[in-house]
Amino acid sequence: LSFLECSWRFCGRFKALWMKAALPDFKIRELTENPIGGRIIAAFFPPEKERLDFPSFVRILAHFRPIGKNRSRDRAQPEQANSRTGKLKFAFELYDQDRDGKISREELLQVLRAMLGLQVTEEQLRSIAERAIQEADLDGDGAISFDEFKKSLEKVDMEHKMNIRFLK
Amino acid sequence: MGLHRHAGLWLLVSAMLLCCVSPLKAELKNSQHDSHSNSNITGISIVSFKWEHVKAPYIVAVWVLVCFLCKLVIEANHHVTSIIPESALLICAGFILGGIIWGADHQQTFSLTPVVFFYYLLPPIIVDSGYHMPNKLFFSNLGAILVHAIIGTCWNAATLGLSLWGCQKGGAMGDLDIGLLQYLLFGSLIAAVDPVAVLAVFEQVHVNDVLFILVFGESLLNDGVTVVLFNVFDAFVTLGGAQIDAVEIIKGIISFFVVAFGGSLLGMVFGILMCFLTRCTKNIEIIEPGFIFVVGYLSYLTAEMLSLSAILSCVFCGVCCQKYINANMNENSVKTVKYVMKVLANGSETMIFVFLGISAIDKTIWVWNTGFILLTLLFIFVYRFIGVFLLTWPLNRYRLVPLEFIDQLIMGFGGLRGAVAYGLAVMMDEKKIKEKNLMVSTTLIVVFFTVIIQGILMKPVVTWLKVKRATLHDLTLIEKVQNRVFEHMLVAVEDISGQIGHNYFRDKWKNFEEKWMMWMLMKPSARKTQDHVFSVFHQLNLKDAVEYVTEGERSGSLEFIRNDITSFRIWTEPEVGAECSPCRRDPVPSVSLEMHEQTMNGLREMEDLNSHHLLQEHLYKGRKQHRHRFSRNHLSINTDEDEVQEIFQRTMRKRLESFKSAKMGMALPKTISKHTKKEQQKVRTPNGKNRISVDEVRLAMTPPSPTGLEVMQTQAGFNMTSATLGSHGNTPSLPVSVAGGIENPAFMADLDPVVPLQIPPWLAEAELDSGGVAPSQRAQARPPLTAGDLRRLAPLRISTQSTDSFMMADIPDAEQRRDSFDLPPPPPPPP
Repeated sequence: LSFLECSWRFCGRFKALWMKAALPDFKIRELTENPIGGRIIAAFFPPEKERLDFPSFVRILAHFRPIGKNRSRDRAQPEQANSRTGKLKFAFELYDQDRDGKISREELLQVLRAMLGLQVTEEQLRSIAERAIQEADLDGDGAISFDEFKKSLEKVDMEHKMNIRFLK
Repeated sequence: MGLHRHAGLWLLVSAMLLCCVSPLKAELKNSQHDSHSNSNITGISIVSFKWEHVKAPYIVAVWVLVCFLCKLVIEANHHVTSIIPESALLICAGFILGGIIWGADHQQTFSLTPVVFFYYLLPPIIVDSGYHMPNKLFFSNLGAILVHAIIGTCWNAATLGLSLWGCQKGGAMGDLDIGLLQYLLFGSLIAAVDPVAVLAVFEQVHVNDVLFILVFGESLLNDGVTVVLFNVFDAFVTLGGAQIDAVEIIKGIISFFVVAFGGSLLGMVFGILMCFLTRCTKNIEIIEPGFIFVVGYLSYLTAEMLSLSAILSCVFCGVCCQKYINANMNENSVKTVKYVMKVLANGSETMIFVFLGISAIDKTIWVWNTGFILLTLLFIFVYRFIGVFLLTWPLNRYRLVPLEFIDQLIMGFGGLRGAVAYGLAVMMDEKKIKEKNLMVSTTLIVVFFTVIIQGILMKPVVTWLKVKRATLHDLTLIEKVQNRVFEHMLVAVEDISGQIGHNYFRDKWKNFEEKWMMWMLMKPSARKTQDHVFSVFHQLNLKDAVEYVTEGERSGSLEFIRNDITSFRIWTEPEVGAECSPCRRDPVPSVSLEMHEQTMNGLREMEDLNSHHLLQEHLYKGRKQHRHRFSRNHLSINTDEDEVQEIFQRTMRKRLESFKSAKMGMALPKTISKHTKKEQQKVRTPNGKNRISVDEVRLAMTPPSPTGLEVMQTQAGFNMTSATLGSHGNTPSLPVSVAGGIENPAFMADLDPVVPLQIPPWLAEAELDSGGVAPSQRAQARPPLTAGDLRRLAPLRISTQSTDSFMMADIPDAEQRRDSFDLPPPPPPPP
């Protein structure tokens, strides 16, 4: 499906939600309970913008579509949003809040803190972050770049992990 | 060469068989003999042949042994087993054994009886598969599994029965006295995919997880349908065609729901019972595993008793309880359960296949009807494929990741029938079903066809079709973290888009679970350490620690002294500017290893010591077996420790006194002087290296076989060497060497007072006070286990630096252990 078709189909379904989302006091209760809810919401909003328009909304959600097959891949075409790389890029940006292209130790620590918070002590978190970076960091700069991120997750089955069926 | 080996084994096996066959003959003769000899007892017999007394258990034991021997012979050659699956070879071995017995007895004395099969051989396999079921995968695909199990099995049964009946009407099978109902009965028993066969064949072909769980889950869950269909049609056959009306059919349908859901619920009840039991078994950890097996077996039998689906009951029992049990139980119990279950399941599987082979060699049951048999084979094969394709097509529209065509092919091909069908066939009543023997023969042929031929073809087909294979790899930490992030992400997006999806349910279940289930079913201590990412981290650290120690032992002790940097290639590059904050809280193994890794690259010695101390703390805490020191089941090595402790204490006290007196210039006892020369020699070799090496030496020095004085002395020698390496404070480090073993620590204790007198220059700055000796006492007081050994080393070294905080820190630990070892309380640290 091309992007236009996709957004056309989305229209009916998501208009209501989009209305909700465009309101300034955007609150979905479950998201407040979600440890990385804030980051995901932030991921929807393009940088330095307060309001979300529909195409951007759809563009983000497009990351979660199942990976398409049998599509003729034109090298010159930019990376599809729902390709494996596109999905990984989205995930990467959840960590990399300052958009410098690398996940630093601090950023990883923040995510870990959010997800593991209560049961684990600060030092343990720190050492987990250390170890994680150590495993993934190939060029030894103490941070994880997007390529290293991609490489460390090459064995993960993205199809099951990051797909939602929006359209029947 | 290989042939000779095999010939030898075969001779052994045949000898074994003759041994077991001849007792049968002897038994027949003896029973006659006994009846005669009873009447005229002439005198006391010194040795008598009491075959009757041990007959039943003896035969069982011999058969188990024979089956295992068959497996041994089969697995001897890997070339054969990679082409032909083991189950097929076991069946062939069964043919051979059956032939031998047939030749000896002219009747088949041993065969796979339904009672033995359903009550003894099948339960272990099912309990094992339930307990080791990958829950997440199972429940994600539960919809597809259920559809295939229920609808697929019904489809198979119905089509097969109807087709065969149609063919009979058409005259393809000659003259047979089988009614439609009997055909349906036959169809129902042969339609079900068999879990034993699926496991046996698929374990060699590592297909991808989803495919495997679909076929395997289907084979387990279709038991609910099989039981119902079989009972219903059996009842119908008994009633006769005339009495079947709508009521009966409705009753049949209702019984399906009762049997299936009842079985599952019963299984869950037993699972929860198991969880409660393991929650409370803190004091009897030694037989904790026993509970699992008994309750699992009871769940099977109870379901059988209530005519519910026993397999479903077992499976759900295992599925429900595995997480909580693994969290509640001791590590050792978890391992025990895992391995014993594997042994039982594997053994049962072996026996099932061998006996299937044996049961086939029986002239009395064979009735050959070419049409019937060939048509059955054909229909089974064809309808399976048709069924799979028909069912997967609507499923794919609802699945997240649709099932590919090739995967569907393998699913169809993997519809293996097995011993369950045979058991059900034998259970049929001959009076009701005149052609029972024909059906049994057909079932046997179908089973052999699927297991042997489809088993052999499975691997080539999978390779030829390029089916996606399973990827086995250890999870790295970042993958684990990322998986968690993905989960949260999916939940969030589902929330945003308002969908009630899979992840929504999973999230809700997780919350429910955390709130209620864990509180009820898990031990409080287990609840705290539940986080996945942390446990992966912990596992990785443990793995690193073990690698570290084995690397140390392998490299040899001297190497450590010389190349302490290079020998640690297992570590990756150091962190840049990472802080090292030693913390002594309990579950902090993580920090220590990381610290250790940094220090390996030559940071300040302070951090060295912290790291080693913490590393050894961690390793120490990882071990729990010493808790059973006072139980009935500990190994003999523990008893030595107790004696050693006492000897130790006595000699230490003596030495302490003599040391004090020696300080005041009195002569030393002669025994001490014997060793001093050795020490002096070793002392001369300077080797001003890093402290790190000392610990490594000790780590290397604690081999599991402490025998004889030589070991101690060499240890002492090395430690003397290394002792000279450090800047100062050697004295307290010496007793460490003493501590590194079980035998004759008293000897090493002698060194204590010696060193200060003999090596003045090193000791100039040393603090020769009771504090120096005390740590050794305390250290040696600890049980000389492999991990405990390591532990002793650090406190001593830290004390040489005599930073009070560490000494203080050490003491509470020692005091904790005091009650276990009635030792004299350690002397207070130096002020």
